[in-house]
Amino acid sequence: MSSASNLSVADRVNNSLQRRYAAERRFQWYGRAAIFLGLAAVFLLFADITAKGYKAFVHTQVQLEINFDTLEMGLPANPSAEDMRRADFDRVLLLAIYERFPEVTGRTERRTLRSIVSSGSVYQLQAMLESNPELADTTQSVWLIADDEVDVFNKGYVDRDAPEAQRRFKDPQIAWFDDLDSQGDIRIVFNKTFFTNGDSRDPEQAGILGAAMGSFLTMLVTLLLAVPLGVGAAIYLEEFAPKNRLTQFIELNINNLAAVPSIIFGLLGLAMFINFFGLPRSAPLVGGLVLALMTLPTIIIAGRSALKSVPPSIREAALGVGASHTQTILHHVLPLAMPGMLTGSIIGMAKALGETAPLLMIGMVAFIVDVPGSISDSSTVLPVQIYLWADSPERAFLEKTSGATLVLLAFLITMNGLAVTLRRKLERRW
Amino acid sequence: MDSTSLLAALVLISAAAYFLGHKKSLAIAGNSGGIRSLHSLPGYYGTMVALWCLMPALLLLAVWQFSERDILQSITLDSALISDVPDDEVQRGLLINTIENVAAGGLQTDNPEHIAAADYLNELRSSSQNWRSLLVIAIAFLGSLIAWLQIRAEKRARNHVEMIFRVALICCSLVAIFTTLGILLSVLFEASLFFRQVPFFDFVLGLHWSPQTAIRADQVGASGSFGAIPLFVGTLQISFMAMCVAVPIGLFSAIYLSEYAGSRLRNTAKPLLEILAGIPTVVYGFFAALTVAPAIRDWGQAMGLTTSSESALAAGAVMGIMIIPFVSSLSDDVINAVPQSLRDGSYGLGATKSETICRVVIPAALPGIVGGILLAVSRAIGETMIVVMAAGLAANLTMNPLESVTTVTVQIVTLLVGDQEFDSPKTLAAFALGLMLFLVTLVLNAIALWVVNRYREQYE
Repeated sequence: MSSASNLSVADRVNNSLQRRYAAERRFQWYGRAAIFLGLAAVFLLFADITAKGYKAFVHTQVQLEINFDTLEMGLPANPSAEDMRRADFDRVLLLAIYERFPEVTGRTERRTLRSIVSSGSVYQLQAMLESNPELADTTQSVWLIADDEVDVFNKGYVDRDAPEAQRRFKDPQIAWFDDLDSQGDIRIVFNKTFFTNGDSRDPEQAGILGAAMGSFLTMLVTLLLAVPLGVGAAIYLEEFAPKNRLTQFIELNINNLAAVPSIIFGLLGLAMFINFFGLPRSAPLVGGLVLALMTLPTIIIAGRSALKSVPPSIREAALGVGASHTQTILHHVLPLAMPGMLTGSIIGMAKALGETAPLLMIGMVAFIVDVPGSISDSSTVLPVQIYLWADSPERAFLEKTSGATLVLLAFLITMNGLAVTLRRKLERRW
Repeated sequence: MDSTSLLAALVLISAAAYFLGHKKSLAIAGNSGGIRSLHSLPGYYGTMVALWCLMPALLLLAVWQFSERDILQSITLDSALISDVPDDEVQRGLLINTIENVAAGGLQTDNPEHIAAADYLNELRSSSQNWRSLLVIAIAFLGSLIAWLQIRAEKRARNHVEMIFRVALICCSLVAIFTTLGILLSVLFEASLFFRQVPFFDFVLGLHWSPQTAIRADQVGASGSFGAIPLFVGTLQISFMAMCVAVPIGLFSAIYLSEYAGSRLRNTAKPLLEILAGIPTVVYGFFAALTVAPAIRDWGQAMGLTTSSESALAAGAVMGIMIIPFVSSLSDDVINAVPQSLRDGSYGLGATKSETICRVVIPAALPGIVGGILLAVSRAIGETMIVVMAAGLAANLTMNPLESVTTVTVQIVTLLVGDQEFDSPKTLAAFALGLMLFLVTLVLNAIALWVVNRYREQYE
């Protein structure tokens, strides 16, 4: 007989207590560890993207003495707009660069030298002269956007002590940079280009305006379709629908659609809207349609629970004073359910704004420089722009990607924050 | 008149129609003893007229928009302006494209026939637009007139308007069915084209995936091979890793937050964890591809392991992070649904809190938790951006988490992004994969929803 059975029940319980309390403490620590890991993931994600991206909002500029020599540019007196477009601003820019570094004479060296400022700088000069024709034949010191490699170097992403073979920014370039820097001709300022340009092959000229505009137009289509349809469906299913096979089938469909992978909606868009109906590829119209179908279940489910939370006494009171069924719902129930529906719609729209995969299917991944002006123009959206930039090999695009991500996250946080505030402000407890 | 101004005109006309209907009903009421002699409120008469102004006009406009393009194109081709219209479908399409481009001014051509056809097309288009505006506005007036003439004191305008409203609501809810139907039809149709070229069992049971199809028929490796097993294995592998991350963290944090944490911790930690659910997947993909994957590669190499820079582990781990809030909020719901009396009974028998949770609460909540995990699995299988950015393209049949694998969604994206001819098995394969994905997630969701619903009923 073992000794344990000689002990009383109370003793056996007391003996096991220490082990059981240890198990309790261990269990609590598992829980704490899980929460810690989850929060650490949130923190890590944000810290990583912010650290990579915050410098995208500033960029390097180089100051040069530009002589707007009309002879060199081939610009007649009183130039027309056409003359302006034809004028050789490249020549003026090159002369300014060569003048700044007279010691550089070799052909290849000069070619490297000229890429110290962005190739888009000529348009900046052209715009300057167009807005102020009096600058012709004067010499101005102008801050020009630096090339992405100069920018990357200036932001400290390149180790200047590394062997030259491992750097794309070579020793002479560093020497020129130091020369400019020591004269105060290098500065870091707010990157306006990032917010006013469309996409570009040159990282320093690339901006998010095109993608943001595309996102806006796509969201507009989604909003106009998904919200009325979703609210309508929610009202019907919650307030009118008889309990029959059809409405059960509709409910089953909605619950299933809510969990269908988003890429499947992209396949639908491609096969249905583009190949069958012949709608234009890459257009916000199709993107908005696809995203509307995708967010519809979210809005319907949120709308139904908002309607459900309105107490039956409201309906009964309205019916009691002689309102029709439709009047009861439109005049009394719906206004009370509106905050909940609004919150659900905003959350659905936030989900749609961050969605990428279905838009890849319908061709919104094209490289598009122009800012789209209507819902049938080719365009891309912010998340797809992030995807495209993340694939680019240039170091400078990494920063742009994170910058664009920060902008997107800012939008999403604002939308979700708005939803939460609305819910707090407007929600009524019955 | 272009579409925007036509729509604006319609809105104006319908506003006028509302006003007129309203006014007429008031006039009738004035003649026969005040508003109470009307069946409905005057606003309903106005709304009725406005609706009959808008609905037929919008319907006509939609039909016109939808069919205009094809009709005008075939009129142009049949107009004998082009001497030799090809019979072949593809050639016809090319010809139409050329003419369209010339007509839009995007293409310069020397072919006089094309120029003439393009001019003719432009002419047709502008006259079609004029006819459209004319007819739409005429129908709008006609509709309002008929409705307006029907206004009488005993006209049941409210019931009429409410009926239209109800039909509109039914149409809204039918969209859900049409969406499912559309998905099924489009995926099934293209997939059936694919299975005509590649046998079904070669696809489902094949061990080799390389979807390159040749440009020339006699090229080496001309026949692409479409064995999808490596994709299924890769998908399951990455989803499994995601679950290994998400389930313990999500479940334990849900347990801790609902059973142990004070209200302060709960109110801060819960929304913070839910931030993870709101982050776009492309951001996770970026994080996985540029931060986690290089880190895993460096660790692996430091430990002397050959690690691919597109390892399955990176994609799986980050996908797991994405799914944490999903698992935790679903588990939270079901744990809270377990009646307090069960817990009290367990405490009364002298169990500690953890014993109560492990032996009473979790077993009671298990069906719900399993349902939630199944939903999470279906989400992991269908997740696209993380794997597109962080997992590889090579279809390796391997179990090593440090090697690169590819998934169903990655292949759908690679097959369909970029230029494509629509009838090659390469693009059709994407739809076959889409069909598989749709069916698998459908079954998982159905099981999960069934389990969760049954579980909910148990304690209600």
